[in-house]
Amino acid sequence: MDALALLQIIESGLRLSVPLIFACLAGLWSEKSGIVDIGLEGKMLIAAFAAAVAAFLTGQAWIGVLAAVFASTLLGLLHGFASISQRGNQIISGVALNMLAAGLTALLGNVIFKQGGRSPPLDGAARLPELALGQSAMTILAISAVLLTALALARTRFGLRVRAAGENPAAVDNAGASLTRLRYGAVILAGILCGFAGATLSLGQAAGFLPMMTAGQGFVALAALIFAKWRAWPAFWTCLLFGLLDAVAIRLQGVSLPGIGAIPVQAIQALPYLFTIVLLAGFMGRAVPPRAAGQPYVKER
Amino acid sequence: MSAPLPLPVWVDRVLMPASALATAALAAALLLLAIGENPAEALAIMLRGALGSGEGIGFTLYYATNFIFTGLAVALAYRAGMFNIGAEGQATMAGIGAALMIFAAERFTQGLLLVPIGIAGAMLFGALWGAIPGWLQAWRGSHVVITTIMFNFLAAIVSVYLLVNVMGKEGSMQPETRLIADGSQLWTFQALFAALGITIPATPLNFSFILALLAAFVVWIAIERSKFGFHLRLTGAGNESARYAGIDTRRMTVLAMALSGALAAGMAVNEVMGVQHRVLIEFSSGYGFVGIAVALMGRNHPVGVILSALLFGALYQGGAELAFERPAITRDLIVTLSGLVIFCVGALDQLYRTPLARLFTRRVVR
Repeated sequence: MDALALLQIIESGLRLSVPLIFACLAGLWSEKSGIVDIGLEGKMLIAAFAAAVAAFLTGQAWIGVLAAVFASTLLGLLHGFASISQRGNQIISGVALNMLAAGLTALLGNVIFKQGGRSPPLDGAARLPELALGQSAMTILAISAVLLTALALARTRFGLRVRAAGENPAAVDNAGASLTRLRYGAVILAGILCGFAGATLSLGQAAGFLPMMTAGQGFVALAALIFAKWRAWPAFWTCLLFGLLDAVAIRLQGVSLPGIGAIPVQAIQALPYLFTIVLLAGFMGRAVPPRAAGQPYVKER
Repeated sequence: MSAPLPLPVWVDRVLMPASALATAALAAALLLLAIGENPAEALAIMLRGALGSGEGIGFTLYYATNFIFTGLAVALAYRAGMFNIGAEGQATMAGIGAALMIFAAERFTQGLLLVPIGIAGAMLFGALWGAIPGWLQAWRGSHVVITTIMFNFLAAIVSVYLLVNVMGKEGSMQPETRLIADGSQLWTFQALFAALGITIPATPLNFSFILALLAAFVVWIAIERSKFGFHLRLTGAGNESARYAGIDTRRMTVLAMALSGALAAGMAVNEVMGVQHRVLIEFSSGYGFVGIAVALMGRNHPVGVILSALLFGALYQGGAELAFERPAITRDLIVTLSGLVIFCVGALDQLYRTPLARLFTRRVVR
C-alpha cells in the first residue's frame, strides 16, 4: 500500500469518526450525570432528518445544523422527563425513543419529500462545505468538543458536580446543588452533541437523508464510550479507531491481500462490537460505569 | 420509600396499560392530523383491514404469531430480572440454525421428521445466542442490555456473511438460501382447514400460531406454577433473597436467557419454516423490538402477552392496509406507535400510577 492510499484511509477514517465522536461525547455527559442513554441512535437519526428537512427548505446548511440540534435536544428532553422527573426506567425509555425516531423520520420523510422517506439530493450551500483533506468544519468542532468536555469535566464546578451526580447523587443533593438541574443540563448537552452528529451524517457525509441512515452508529458510539471507560480523550481515540476500521473495511472490499487472501468485510465490521463484549466481560481491563448510572434518585431515605 | 405505589391487581394489569395505550393512540392521532389525514377514517381503514375479512384476520394472526414469540421471550427474561433487547438477534441466528439443520438432515430424510429437526435447530441457535449474554452477566458482570445490543449487530453481520459467502443460493443476486425441503415446511391454516373440508382464504398463517399458543401455555405453567418458575421469579426479585433461599442465581440467569432466546426462535420458525421457506436477509425486520412493547403492554404475563400480541398483530395488518389505501401514510406509523407505547407503558409508569393510586386506593391516615 503506498503513502497516498494510506493518507486517503486516514482522511476518510477521520471523517467517518466525526459523528461517532459527537455521539460518544453525548453519551459521556449523560452517563457521567447518572442517566443511561441507549437513545443516542434515535437522537442522531432525528437530527439527521431535521437537518436535511431544514437545509432542503432553506438551502442553508447552518440552519440545518440548528434544526438538528433543536430536534435532537427535544428528544433528549423527553428522555430526561421520563428518567429524571418521572424516575422511569432509563433503558426502556431509550429503546422507546429509538423506535419513535425510526418510525417518525421515515413517516414524515415520506410526507415531506414524497420519495419513499428519502430526501432529494442536497447540494451547494445546503451541504457542509469541505475545508481541506476531506474534512468539514464539523471535524474541527468535534475535536474542540473533546477538548472542552475533557476540560469541563475535570476543571469546572459544573463538570465536578455532573460527575458527582453520577457517582453519589445523595452527596450532591446534600451539598445543596440541584440534582434535577444538573442532570437536565447534561441531557441537554447530550442532545446538542447528538444534533451535531446527525447533521454531519445528512449534510456532510451524505447528500441528504435516508431512512435508518444512522445504521447502528449510535450503538457503536455507545460501544466506544464503554471502550474508553467513560473518559473524553480515550473516547476520541476509540472513535478514531472505529472510524479507521470502517475506512479500511470499505477499502478492503473485494481486495485480496498477499498471503492472507480476501478478508471478509464483515470480520472488520464486527470488531467494535466484539471489542466491547470482550472488554465489558473484563477479559482485557475493566470498564466500570458511573456508579449511580441508571438508578432514579429518590430523595427521602 | 421508593417502592411503587400499590394498586389493585385489575387496575395494574388492565387500566394502566389501557391508559398508556390511549395516550399513545392520542399522540398518533395528533400526528395523523398534522400530516393532513383523518384519524377516524384511518382507524376505520385499519379495523376493516385487520378484522373485516377472513384474509385480514389470517394476516393479523400471522403477525400475532411473531409477536407472541418475541413478547414471551422478553417477558420471561423480564421475570428473571433481565431486559432482553436481543430477541431480534436471537431470532436471526435461529433462522440460520433452522436452515442449517434442515439442509444437513435433508440428505437422510425428506419426511415429517424435518419439522422437529428444524424447530430444534432454531431453538438451539436462539438459546445459544441468548445464553452467552446471560453467561457474561452472571459470571463476568457485563450488563445484559449492552451485550444483547452488541449481539444483535453481531447476528446481523454473521448472517450477512453466511448468506453471501457460505449458505447463499447459487446464482441469486440477493442474499438468501435455497428453499428448504417440502417436508420441513409447516402446514398453512388453509391446508389444515382443507383437511377438515373447510375452505378459508390463503394467508401466511400457519401451524406456528398453534405452537405460539402452546409456548405461551408452557411458559405460564413454568413461570407461575412450577418450582423452577418460583426460583426464576425470586432471582428476578433480587439476588440476595434468592441466594438466601439457596438458589443458584447465576445458573438461573443463564437458563432464563437461554429460554428467552429459544422463545425468540419461534419467530424464526414462523417466518423461515412457515412462510418464506428459506432464510432471507433481515427476515426478523424489527419483530424482536416490537416484542418489547408486547411484553410491557402484557405486563410480562403470558396471557397479557397473547392479548397484546393480537393487538399488535391487528395494528400491523391494519397498518399495511392503511399504507395501501393512503399513500401518505407508511407502515412506519406502527413503528412510531410501538415506540410511543413502550415509552408510556415502560418509562412513564409513575405518571399513570400516581393518579390511579389516588383514585383506587383508600386513603390511609398516618
